[in-house]
Amino acid sequence: MYVAVKGGEAAIRNAHRLLADRRRGDRSVPALRLDQIVEQLALGVDRVMAEGSLYDRELAALAITQARGDMIEAVFLVRAFRTTLPRFGYTRAADTGSMLVERRISATYKDIPGGQLLGPTFDYTHRLLEPEIAAGIDPETPETRDVDEEPMPRVTDILARDELIEEDGSVPAEKTVADISREPLEFPLDRDARLQALARGDEGFLLALAYSTQRGYARSHPFVGEIRIGEIDLELDVPELPFPVPLGRIQVTECQMVNQFKGSAKTPPQFTRGYGLVFGQSERKAMAMSLCDRALRASELGEDVVAPAQDEEFVISHSDNVQATGFVEHLKLPHYVDFQAELDLVRRMRSEVSSGNEAGHREAAE
Amino acid sequence: MAGDLDSVGGAFAEPVFGAQGTFRRIMEAMARPGTLQTLIDLPTPPAPLSPSAGAIALTLCDHDTPVWLDTALTVSEAVGSWLAFHTGAPIVRTSSEAHFVFSSNPAELIALENFAQGSHEYPDRSATIIMQVAGFDAGDSLRLTGPGIRGHADIAPAPLPRHFAEQWKQNRARFPRGVDILLAGPDAVCGLPRSTRINHSNGD
Amino acid sequence: MRGKTEKQAQRRANMAVLARAPGERLKVLWDSAGLEAEHQIVRGPETGLVTVRGRIGGGGSPFNVGEVTVTRSTVKLAGGAVGHSYALGRDKEKSRIAALFDALWQDVNLQTKLAANIIEPLARELSARDAQTKERTAATRVDFFTMVRGED
Repeated sequence: MYVAVKGGEAAIRNAHRLLADRRRGDRSVPALRLDQIVEQLALGVDRVMAEGSLYDRELAALAITQARGDMIEAVFLVRAFRTTLPRFGYTRAADTGSMLVERRISATYKDIPGGQLLGPTFDYTHRLLEPEIAAGIDPETPETRDVDEEPMPRVTDILARDELIEEDGSVPAEKTVADISREPLEFPLDRDARLQALARGDEGFLLALAYSTQRGYARSHPFVGEIRIGEIDLELDVPELPFPVPLGRIQVTECQMVNQFKGSAKTPPQFTRGYGLVFGQSERKAMAMSLCDRALRASELGEDVVAPAQDEEFVISHSDNVQATGFVEHLKLPHYVDFQAELDLVRRMRSEVSSGNEAGHREAAE
Repeated sequence: MAGDLDSVGGAFAEPVFGAQGTFRRIMEAMARPGTLQTLIDLPTPPAPLSPSAGAIALTLCDHDTPVWLDTALTVSEAVGSWLAFHTGAPIVRTSSEAHFVFSSNPAELIALENFAQGSHEYPDRSATIIMQVAGFDAGDSLRLTGPGIRGHADIAPAPLPRHFAEQWKQNRARFPRGVDILLAGPDAVCGLPRSTRINHSNGD
Repeated sequence: MRGKTEKQAQRRANMAVLARAPGERLKVLWDSAGLEAEHQIVRGPETGLVTVRGRIGGGGSPFNVGEVTVTRSTVKLAGGAVGHSYALGRDKEKSRIAALFDALWQDVNLQTKLAANIIEPLARELSARDAQTKERTAATRVDFFTMVRGED
């Protein structure tokens, strides 16, 4: 039996009104504008875009404001908005090799064509809080240097020349590209579906799993072959035009993780790879994604599946923070009827136990 | 691009209201099989796609719904580019891959069993077939019974596929799998969901 | 044939500039050039999703990364020319102007004016922005040097 309980409309209305007021905060403090968030909390915006799986900086900034800075709530808002829009199509596969690079580093080779470009990184900062920022002092304008128009091939392509590393990675050519936003997940997944899930997965969850592989739960001896951050061009084929339409550029972060592999019966020893590609500037996420991608290829590479990070169903089913928060948080919604039934059950069991005990005592006394 | 001119015009006069109004009537047609639901805001697609079938296409088809066209519709380049521009739906040649099937001449349509029937786990993964009919009173009389019909309903649409009564009986036998049909008349639509039974009241 | 290919390449190049152009800037240039013309809006401006595809490992099989918002428009001039536009984001007025631009571009007599007033300034500004990004990034390039000990 299902019993609907009504009531609380006024309470809900007033709670939302209170929420709106708290969101605004002290009204003597100027309200945040979306462009301030986009410009000054850019990496938070990027995280919401990546996990919300929707590249639109202004919408992400709105979501962050509306969610009072609660990132998972903001991701939820973006995901909900996504569902209201029609789909125009799929872009042609973007070429990260021709990226307008803003940062590009390799931990495997010192001298790479195009060089090591640090870009706007937190690396090598001293992690000391800077009171100048609180004082609102503008930083110096960035230094510039003449551009050396040397091409920047992917580091993995350099290794590939000697066949010391596996190829980029493919799924059967006749297969249509998996789309987890259209079709329900069916395990086991192909790598394309896994990468789509990881690209929108929760950064914290993937980070912890990636860390677990480093600590010995599916050790894979990883090296960062390359990280690059920058803008890529998008193109869309549309029926009304005889050429792919340029849509503009988006910023992405790509990570090529290179892992040791001792080889198998079929394959000589060579380096294997994990791949990460994430919206915006999200280096930690791209690295975690590539480590998880590599760990999840255990079966494909004939490795024993012994650790959580290698368990596809465990990782992918729990990587989505919107699903996770929905199921965890629903517990706080009224469960009065369910609980009443449980109460009845516990009372009945207790009375059975105690009447059983009494019977036992009687028997013992006799 | 001369094709451009034919393919970009002829949508609903009011895209949002046109699609919403048509959706409401298609839903009504499927909920009450045998009733004629008049479509209001009809588009002007290129022939041989009829205005009512065009309205259904604009309402139900999009980028995620593969569409199969019968020979006459396939031959018309204008129909293909009109559907592509306005709905974005991919046109497929393999009948079983289509979510929506458009038949401008139902009398020549291949057997219903060639289209997606859905699975027992996902009976919704089946085709909806839109058949363009000249009217609902000149064909063999069909007596409809089943969910959504109080007592029975009589319609006489024409043209219909060959051995339609027998084909429909087989479709019924596959329940919960099976295809659904929307009969698109000159200005009205009539639904034949897979749950509807048909008795030929004359003819056979 | 060659002429047709070149025309398409030019049309596509225009679309690339318009798609990347900041909406506000395009509107200012458009208004000051006095290019507004009678037109019928055939579709849109409407905002939807396009799914971004990358490749496994950078060059392997395609996979879906996530969605972007895209706004598109199609307009038709009284003379029959049809113009299209697609661009990232949700700027509907920018989308309408870009589609109108595309329709007007099909009139050969207008091309010089359209290029001089719209495409050239926008392209200049966009490449200046790219150049700045590259120069600033170049300044963060690591110059490795080896410590030389006691050789002379």
